[in-house]
Amino acid sequence: MSEKIEFEIISPDETIIKAEADQVILPAFEGLMTILKNHISLVTFLRPGIIVATIDNKNKNFYVEDGTVEFSENNLLILSSTAKDVNNIKTEEAQKMIANAKQAISKNDIKDKDKYILSYKIDTLQEITQ
Amino acid sequence: MPSLDDLKKRIKSVKSTQKITKAMKMVAAAKLRKAQERAEKGRPYSEKMQNIILNLTKSVSDPENAPKLLVGNGNDKIYLCVVMTADRGLCGGFNSNICKLAKNFFKKLKQDGKEIKIITVGSKGLDQLKRSYGKNIIKNVNFKDKKDIGFNEAEEVGKIIIDLFHNNEFDKCFLFYNNFKNVITQIPQAQQIIPSENPSEKNDNKDDNFYEFEPDEDEILEDLLPKNISTQVFKAFLENAASEQGSRMTAMDNATRNAGDLVDKLTINYNRSRQASITKELIEIISGAESL
Repeated sequence: MSEKIEFEIISPDETIIKAEADQVILPAFEGLMTILKNHISLVTFLRPGIIVATIDNKNKNFYVEDGTVEFSENNLLILSSTAKDVNNIKTEEAQKMIANAKQAISKNDIKDKDKYILSYKIDTLQEITQ
Repeated sequence: MPSLDDLKKRIKSVKSTQKITKAMKMVAAAKLRKAQERAEKGRPYSEKMQNIILNLTKSVSDPENAPKLLVGNGNDKIYLCVVMTADRGLCGGFNSNICKLAKNFFKKLKQDGKEIKIITVGSKGLDQLKRSYGKNIIKNVNFKDKKDIGFNEAEEVGKIIIDLFHNNEFDKCFLFYNNFKNVITQIPQAQQIIPSENPSEKNDNKDDNFYEFEPDEDEILEDLLPKNISTQVFKAFLENAASEQGSRMTAMDNATRNAGDLVDKLTINYNRSRQASITKELIEIISGAESL
């Protein structure tokens, strides 16, 4: 028996990746979460962060801002309109996004939930640019 | 009987029309390939989204307190219809088919005494509907100046719908669009998006499929349902874009062929008249010679 799970990221425009992964680390809304084989069926959504999928002992990173995750019968399905392969994000692009997010977070009338999401977004993007 | 000169002019004009329709067909064919690809790539997203929601719906513990976007607000009086058409014409029955379907639907609603509100997406639908339903149209969106319609545009439309719903402006919402089946068949469709309709009421009895929710169901549903609306709108956009090009391609193909037939017919006419005038001149000459 292989110890792998079917792993899929789908955006509205295309299927970004479809592969068999050994494990996947998700930035779930309430904290990081690692999915291994035979995890209980699960539905959750994501905060900004990096999805780390281990495929054939190699790590593949994807940046997401939001998304929905469903795991059932060893099929991991991630629906996200913002998912991107980290290698495809250019530094200038990321810096621009950081600037935008910083601007948004400095407003006064912002909700706690949005603040929480934005701060994660900034952290993640800074991590990418380094 | 038109003169030779007139016929010549007509043949020329039909030929240049044929050139235009041929060019349009080529352009539509190229665009179709792209649009079709996008529609096919976009399908899994909306399907899987529907699936997740279906699973969630099954496990909602108490339907009374379920989010209103899912189960509706209990009323059945005001209908919001989102009619999605193209911004350009010359694509056969594409726009009229959607409008015809929508009009039939409106007629039925009127008979049942329901109130209708209409949002048109795309300028052609507005043109066709404003004559008889002008006062029902509450909003008109078009993306004429945009080259590519992406998810952001769909979210814009989705947001309008959701805002209206939260202001209790309507009870049920329908989307009208053309479903792309293949190049020659596009099926105009009415899809109910609020409250979400279960596409197939299958009782799979897959009750062993329990889910763990994090955070709880309600919060997930609240996050997911507005997204689902945008997704459905986006799907409709993609299907529509592919259908429009497909429909235009067939229409222009037919137009090109008809123009060819017309040119043939006119050419025969032209040749006959030319022959007739030559014969006439000959008779004149011969009879002139005889009388001498």
